[in-house]
Amino acid sequence: MYNWQWSIYLQPAADGSGTWLNYLLVGLLWSLATALSAWVIALSIGSIVGTLRTTPMKWVVRLGNAYVEIFRNVPLLVQMFLWFFVIPELLPKGLGDAIKQMPPPWGSYVPAVLCLGLYTSVRVAEQVRAGIQSLPRGQGMAGTAIGLTLPQTYRYVLLPMAFRIVMPPLTSEFLNIIKNSSVALTIGLLELTGRTRAMQEFSFKVFEAFSAATLIYLITNLVIVLLMRVLEKKLRVPGFIGSASQAPAGH
Amino acid sequence: MFSGYDFDVIQRSLPYLFREGMTFTLTLTALAMAGGIFFGTLLAMMRLSRFPLLNLPAGAYVNIMRSVPLVLVIFWFYFLVPYIAAWIIGAPRPVAVGAFLSCVITFMMFEAAYYCEIMRAGIQSIPRGQVQAGSALGLNYWQTMGTIVLPQAFRNMTPVLLTQTIILFQDTSLVYVISVTDFLGAASKIANRDYRLVEMYTFAAVVYFVISFSLSLVVKRLQAKMAIIR
Repeated sequence: MYNWQWSIYLQPAADGSGTWLNYLLVGLLWSLATALSAWVIALSIGSIVGTLRTTPMKWVVRLGNAYVEIFRNVPLLVQMFLWFFVIPELLPKGLGDAIKQMPPPWGSYVPAVLCLGLYTSVRVAEQVRAGIQSLPRGQGMAGTAIGLTLPQTYRYVLLPMAFRIVMPPLTSEFLNIIKNSSVALTIGLLELTGRTRAMQEFSFKVFEAFSAATLIYLITNLVIVLLMRVLEKKLRVPGFIGSASQAPAGH
Repeated sequence: MFSGYDFDVIQRSLPYLFREGMTFTLTLTALAMAGGIFFGTLLAMMRLSRFPLLNLPAGAYVNIMRSVPLVLVIFWFYFLVPYIAAWIIGAPRPVAVGAFLSCVITFMMFEAAYYCEIMRAGIQSIPRGQVQAGSALGLNYWQTMGTIVLPQAFRNMTPVLLTQTIILFQDTSLVYVISVTDFLGAASKIANRDYRLVEMYTFAAVVYFVISFSLSLVVKRLQAKMAIIR
């Protein structure tokens, strides 16, 4: 009873840029561009916060915990709205207006990247902390015993091990950031899901549009998983079997 | 920064926000959790089965669900459910199902994949000897599962199941994309009607934070308690 029409992919898209298939693939590029830029933020802030939370400095740990709790307990969509609608209003008027007048797609790309970056940084911080804490306590003590300062112990002993241990959970966080970039469609970013929705609205081919998007997401996932597996093999510490204790909850 | 902040609009809209919006959000969360855990457990049992006819489809379902964004799944089901309903009752045309039912089905099916992975870990955390002891006693598969394995698996996994439920509670805000009035949807409607975006969205963020954070404290306490007993 549903009239399938697979040739729709090769028909010209409503925005006149090419075929619908091309239209969706450009969407994938936007998803990846958003995810990669956000990943840079997430990885840098997340590593710093995660590391600081394992240090013996109590108030730094507390500050790090507060940061994590704030970003973890507010839904991504609400955070997206805060970045897009609320922050420009709270900034000084000139700066706020400048942000609001950014031409599309940058007007939604920049808030989306900041939002996803900070949102994911918290998850990265959790993984990095778990990775460092999964190391035997003796490693840190050994560092102190041979006269390394605390920063040196982290730099030469703890972090090189911890980052290898957290590679697999970080891979799944990277996959999450690509999926989560779809939430940016609510603030008008035409990434893959946003373009799928647009294709469905303009071409009325609901299930063709969604099937294509699903397939594109699956293939992207698969490619990243395979690439990361190669990287993990390259970076593995010989003879060391260990993994960060990872709760399977997530999305 | 808060000089132009209009607290009054929040106070005026409280009944609407909570009676309409939060009720929807909480009902959806509860139903999706119940259904998700039920189907998730079934999927986990299928995935751990030695019959390819059971474990292959379950594995494929879980992996596909986990690699596509929830927003896309919400769109999928929003359009697909009317066709499935028509197919089930044999109607010639797609049946109007209603936004609420569509949301419940979406979240149940989506979260089942995530709950499945949790339950799989839970079932695998029970030593195999217990299953063998069950068979040695003459219990069949369902008896072993129902009286020995699953009760312990649920117990071990309660903190993780609850953590996933907090995530689910936050995820329900995404029904915004099909214009359903959940808590965030209600806040957004008032925000746009009265042009009070700053007030409504910060208030929504605070409410979500308070609920999720208190639940996560409960989970933490539960975890500490169980760690001692085990």
